[in-house]
Amino acid sequence: MSRTAEREAVVSAPGATPDNRWVIVTRGIKREYDMGGEVVRALRGVDLAISRNEYVAIMGPSGSGKSTLMNVLGCLDTPDDGEYWLNGQLVSTMSDDALARVRNKEIGFVFQTFNLLPRASALHNVELPLVYAGVAADERKRRAKQALEKVQLENRMDHRPNELSGGQRQRVAIARALVNDPSMLLADEPTGNLDSQTSEEIMRVFEGLASSGQTVVMVTHEPDIAQHARRIVVLRDGLISTDERREAFVSRQGA
Amino acid sequence: MSIFEAFRLAFEQIRVQKLKSFFTVIGVTIGVTFLIAVVSIVAGMSRYMQDDLLGKIIAVNSFELRQRPNINIGDQTPAERRALRARPAIYESDVPPVVAALPPGIKWATHSSGGLTVQSAYARPTNVEIDAVSDQYFTIKDMDAVQGRLPSTQEFALGSAVVVIGKDVADYDFPGLDPIGRELRIQGVPYSVVGVAESQGSVFGQSLDKFVVVPERSPASRWVRRQHVVAGVTIQGESDAAMRDAMQTTREVMRVRRRLHPTQPDNFTLETADSALEFWNKIKGYLEIAGVALPSIGLVVGAIVIMNIMLVAVAERTHEIGIRKSLGARRIDILRQFMVESATLAAVGAIIGVALGIGFAKLIAAVSPLPAAVAVWSIFAGVGVGAGVGMIAGVYPASRAALLDPIAALRHEN
Repeated sequence: MSRTAEREAVVSAPGATPDNRWVIVTRGIKREYDMGGEVVRALRGVDLAISRNEYVAIMGPSGSGKSTLMNVLGCLDTPDDGEYWLNGQLVSTMSDDALARVRNKEIGFVFQTFNLLPRASALHNVELPLVYAGVAADERKRRAKQALEKVQLENRMDHRPNELSGGQRQRVAIARALVNDPSMLLADEPTGNLDSQTSEEIMRVFEGLASSGQTVVMVTHEPDIAQHARRIVVLRDGLISTDERREAFVSRQGA
Repeated sequence: MSIFEAFRLAFEQIRVQKLKSFFTVIGVTIGVTFLIAVVSIVAGMSRYMQDDLLGKIIAVNSFELRQRPNINIGDQTPAERRALRARPAIYESDVPPVVAALPPGIKWATHSSGGLTVQSAYARPTNVEIDAVSDQYFTIKDMDAVQGRLPSTQEFALGSAVVVIGKDVADYDFPGLDPIGRELRIQGVPYSVVGVAESQGSVFGQSLDKFVVVPERSPASRWVRRQHVVAGVTIQGESDAAMRDAMQTTREVMRVRRRLHPTQPDNFTLETADSALEFWNKIKGYLEIAGVALPSIGLVVGAIVIMNIMLVAVAERTHEIGIRKSLGARRIDILRQFMVESATLAAVGAIIGVALGIGFAKLIAAVSPLPAAVAVWSIFAGVGVGAGVGMIAGVYPASRAALLDPIAALRHEN
């Protein structure tokens, strides 16, 4: 996919819906915060287009706005200005409840601190998005088991998070992120709390998912981790400063 | 999240924190316990009043013609009391015209009562209630002799000094002896015991068997009534309808005798079981109000306790709420989760309260004269009230939870 096509998607007439090759299209996203009287402009007009099956890393130093961008892309936050189409839907003007629906259906979060419910089993953690999607109990358990199989954890499904290692917890979180078949996996420093060996493990999981067609967007400040992606977008002072495609230096493994 | 899921989650929460949950709902439990206990006791007394008590004191399908009410509420002003006492008495001469006007199936008996000194050769003197009556008294009161016999028609006509004694008097004045034929002195006047009456049971634990019955023309009766005066005339019909007709007839006859103008009220009393019940119903009303109001205060306190503990729970689970929201929980999902948790907690507390209340009521019934009847509706009401209190208490904490910003909540550490 050439850069021109992306730019086209991004700069085409405001209001026109981009075609459905694109999972994410943002146009002129701005987000400001009031920090004790001072206005912090976290995002100053971000134009970004990510199509299906891309594996993108978003990098930037602290203060670059990458966390804010992640929150906007993840529909946890709404921009003050600009437009955001997720999978063809204009989400930047949606209500809180509508955004919750979108998060449930379209986005699979993977967090640095795993964010699993500590007193629930791995299986129950994974089935949680399906609970909020209104899926019946039997069907939920079936799909949750399936998701855990994908990350090779089906034999630990009755364990609680405190009975699992860091790498296992992150894999449970990944299974949870995938269980409702989202448009994209949105990972925030997924290896931040893991040692280097476990980090590689998790990166292999992401590789596998990307190879089998999952769109993956990863926010990280570690260049070693970012190198696994096939496209690196660098944010600086609330704007995209570079956007490069590359071949990942880690060879692909079969899904 | 469906309601069913929310319930599952709520029970899980209670299961994990049993002791904390118990202390959360203790106010509701206590409130419901006393609510159930009071309602059961009041209901039991009500049933007792209507079925047992009235039957013992006032014969069935009967009313009494009296100067003034026997059983009265007690909130009469001194002026009212004086006015009642100023009424003309019921005279022996009132009886024949009334009886003549009544249809043949009607039974009637005159009676007067008082407390007199009673003594036998075998025990010290005691003060006992004397009933000086006419012959149909025993029929109307459905009182028979378990030993000996009742006075004969002749004895009534002659005013013979014969007496039928109650079981307590027999036990006290003739211990271990057969009282029949023996002498009993009533206010010094020697009487012959002809019969012992069957037990009349008890009321609120007080025995009704300490009495003696004598023909109203017999000598001792002069101490319980003025000459030519009777305390009351009991008139009994075969049915409630017949009794009401008889009441109407009696009223008409008495009003004519007393030369009352149509606009003047009765200057006599026709007392029925209703009027005694009226007394009870008034008390019952007050008891019910108190019995509901006081536990309700406990429930209000219970609600405040639940609300505060839920607020703390929401604060402690902020991170969890953030996770749920990030996974797609809408505001209403979070609201539902916490309100159902709060309602379930309170309902469980209420169920415990119902069980305790029933136990408490039964305990009181067993060790005191107060009866208790557990009404099934009160069980459902108790649980319903509990759940309702829980829902109301949970609204504020649940809405705080629902309105949390997911990003801030996710950053929140436990």
